[in-house]
Amino acid sequence: MTAITTATLEGRPLKNHVSLGQSVRNSFTMAYRGILKIRRTPEQLIDVTVQPIIFTLMFTYIFGGAIAGSIADYLPMIIPGILVQTVITGSVVTGTQLREDMDKGVFDRFKSLPIARIAPLAGALLADTVRYAIATTLTLVMGVILGWRPGGGLGHVVLAAVLVIVCAWAISWIFAFFGVVARSASSVQGISFLVLFPLTFLSNAFVPADTLPNWLKAFVNANPVSHLVTAVRDLANTGTVTGDLWLALLGAAVIVAVFAPLTVRSYMRKA
Amino acid sequence: MATNSDWAVEAHGLVKVFGENRAVDGVDLSVRAGTVYGVLGPNGAGKSTTISMLATLLRPDAGSATIFGHDVQREAQIVRQLIGVTAQFASVDEKLSATENLIIFSRLLGLSRSQARRKSAALLDEFGLTEAATRPLAKFSGGMRRRLDLAASLIAQPPLIFLDEPTTGLDPRTRSQMWDTIRRLVNEGSTVLLTTQYLEEADQLADRIAVIDTGRVVAEGTAEELKASVGESSLQLRLADGGDVDEARRVIRETLGVDAVISPEAGRITAPMADPDRVTDLFIRFRETGIRLSEMSVQKPTLDEVFLTLTGHGVDSDSVAAETIQKEEVHA
Repeated sequence: MTAITTATLEGRPLKNHVSLGQSVRNSFTMAYRGILKIRRTPEQLIDVTVQPIIFTLMFTYIFGGAIAGSIADYLPMIIPGILVQTVITGSVVTGTQLREDMDKGVFDRFKSLPIARIAPLAGALLADTVRYAIATTLTLVMGVILGWRPGGGLGHVVLAAVLVIVCAWAISWIFAFFGVVARSASSVQGISFLVLFPLTFLSNAFVPADTLPNWLKAFVNANPVSHLVTAVRDLANTGTVTGDLWLALLGAAVIVAVFAPLTVRSYMRKA
Repeated sequence: MATNSDWAVEAHGLVKVFGENRAVDGVDLSVRAGTVYGVLGPNGAGKSTTISMLATLLRPDAGSATIFGHDVQREAQIVRQLIGVTAQFASVDEKLSATENLIIFSRLLGLSRSQARRKSAALLDEFGLTEAATRPLAKFSGGMRRRLDLAASLIAQPPLIFLDEPTTGLDPRTRSQMWDTIRRLVNEGSTVLLTTQYLEEADQLADRIAVIDTGRVVAEGTAEELKASVGESSLQLRLADGGDVDEARRVIRETLGVDAVISPEAGRITAPMADPDRVTDLFIRFRETGIRLSEMSVQKPTLDEVFLTLTGHGVDSDSVAAETIQKEEVHA
């Protein structure tokens, strides 16, 4: 029996730390798992398929005349706004699904495997970028159908789409954190919407900030979501990269830097 | 010979407290490599919590434990490379197929895409799951799920396997299949630490047994030692002629010095047997007095009796069932 033990020990070098390369590989395997699950249960895609279509139609026709004078003039403003709002709303689901997932026994096995601790979380979040990509594509296509002709050209629109997806992934760490600490999936949803609504509606996504009272304007201008919306507008409509893009990315980086370690730590502490 | 190869598990004074409840209250365990070690106890005794601590899933509040000489807290990542864990509730992904589950676990363990496919196919074949390989797990029976769960624990061929109540809730046929699988694992050189609330299971599989109750180890030893600690075996006799009963009792009192018990069915006698050597005298006396036996056997104490003696309470099947339901609710 000694021989067997040593053989195993010699067969695989034992290391007490996980390399960055292994963390990335583990996360991608976990993302593959997430994508398989999305393929098994396509009904969970309803929020990222139906919502972009309904919201784009609704907001454009309700607010178009009032805010911009005409629907055609409102489209360059509202499509980036709707895009950001829809995709970030889609990232709330990350938290609720993570909660449901973690309650299943399979997470016990993940914890007992010699893999990067962050992988089950990072993988789940990575797989959800597929959902954001679907929402992004549908919103942009709806915009074009309604008559939006982004002046920045296809290349810049794609760039804007990638920017939105990256930022949504970063923001999803907030909801992942709620997912890990909350007791049930429904409470995750409750807390998440409390954060989500101020974040998306108290921004320049739907209306220009100029008309707002000063105190609100200050918040809206500081809100990273506003910078993201402005960056997307500049990219898509005029093909320009402005300081808002960097501010949006900075905001995203700060969110990840704060919430990723917090989330992983709480995840590790939970039994 | 390196000491870390001799002992698969060494735990000293493990403690885990949940609020007011001292779930594990100073557990010591030593499991020799290449053996099956049974942790026997009723629900809520602290079995699963102990395993969780040894498998790096829970941090002990006090005490220490090593797996093949590696500390479960300081060298957790090394320990995880040496163990396979099959938890009480199947740790597999319900929404995926059996193959997808095994491929994902294999990939996580560092196998290449093609290695993962081959390993999964081999394990599914070994556990008789090939036909169900592509079906979603929702359609799997309890036994199939457990087998898949065990298969998933064996991907990396870990030298130590934790099995938390591997047969709870399985029908007798599936249970004996599981036992065969566990025996095969040990023949291949693995060390197995299993928990069970079935006395028979510990008796059948384990080389050594720790009896655990309310978070403490109340007894430890081989099944034989545990049984011997409870008391003597008993001699059971059936007389050819039921009319000899009184005469037989008298002879037993004279030769063995004990009072025999007459069973309700006439002709059946049970006598405590402290010294097997004196039974020879008894049989000679029976022959001399013309008492003929139609049957004789020696009954060893069962683990049930061991359990009752050690813990002061038996394994009450009703309360076990109730606690299982409670546990499941907590889990959900």
